Amino acid sequence: MSAHPPATAEVAIRPVEAADLDGVIALDAAITGIAKPDYWYELFHRYGTRGRQQRFFLVAVAEGAVVGYILGEVRDWEFGQPPCGWVFGIGVRPDGRLAGVGARLLAAILAGFRRAGVTKVRTLTSRENNLVLSFFRSQGMMAAPFIPLELDLA
Amino acid sequence: MKLQKATELALYAILEFAANPSAQVSAAEIAEKYGVSPHHLAKVLRELGRAGLVESTRGVGGGYRFAGNAKRLTLLDVIELFETLGPDPAALAAGTPGERALARVASEIDEIAKATFRSITIDTMLKLVERERRQAAPAPAPAAG
Repeated sequence: MSAHPPATAEVAIRPVEAADLDGVIALDAAITGIAKPDYWYELFHRYGTRGRQQRFFLVAVAEGAVVGYILGEVRDWEFGQPPCGWVFGIGVRPDGRLAGVGARLLAAILAGFRRAGVTKVRTLTSRENNLVLSFFRSQGMMAAPFIPLELDLA
Repeated sequence: MKLQKATELALYAILEFAANPSAQVSAAEIAEKYGVSPHHLAKVLRELGRAGLVESTRGVGGGYRFAGNAKRLTLLDVIELFETLGPDPAALAAGTPGERALARVASEIDEIAKATFRSITIDTMLKLVERERRQAAPAPAPAAG
């Protein structure tokens, strides 16, 4: 297994497996600067185990190494809204960007959402996260008719 | 959110050039298409040239050519050559509590507008232009028979 497959290596998109988790954790830590293994093991338990119809945890793998991941689920009737696909995490190895890996991960999860019967996909990310925002924009996503709100809990 | 006329014109011009990166597009063509004076457009193009986003060639067949990176250049990059977006720090810090509270709400809108313009590259914008073009195109006539 190579930790750094060449950018030209063939990339496969597939559901995550337990053996991929260390690679996902390392990739996320490299992107965010925070290693959070407990969080990822919990996500694997909730989204990565077999037989999930409405939850998706996919990875992009090149020469045995994880080079990207995406997570999402079908959310039903939040605030009365019809079911929709919801993407809540995506990451691609920094030196592998602009090679279409993110677009393939998104296409794969969209296919999963379509199979689940939904016709709309949504996401929410910080307006400071221009990398991810501009990626979703490049894939055709537009502003949703929602306003995110927050409250400081003193 | 209303952009200034010069800013809008700059964006239209960049999109025209970036849609045909290998072609020379004449300023007269763009001025006519958007109904603006060549003089006004020339000022805008000079600014885009100074920023290295367009190159011009003189003489017969001369015109302008896109010189930026469409996958990297954002709407905000172009807009900020012509105007400043975002909350006014002075308004947030001065005035009555009512004025400051209103400035805070207005700043929420400004921040969203700014993030939106920052997240859309010229390449993404060209896809949106193409989508608009397809939606405006008349539906094909039904097949006979």
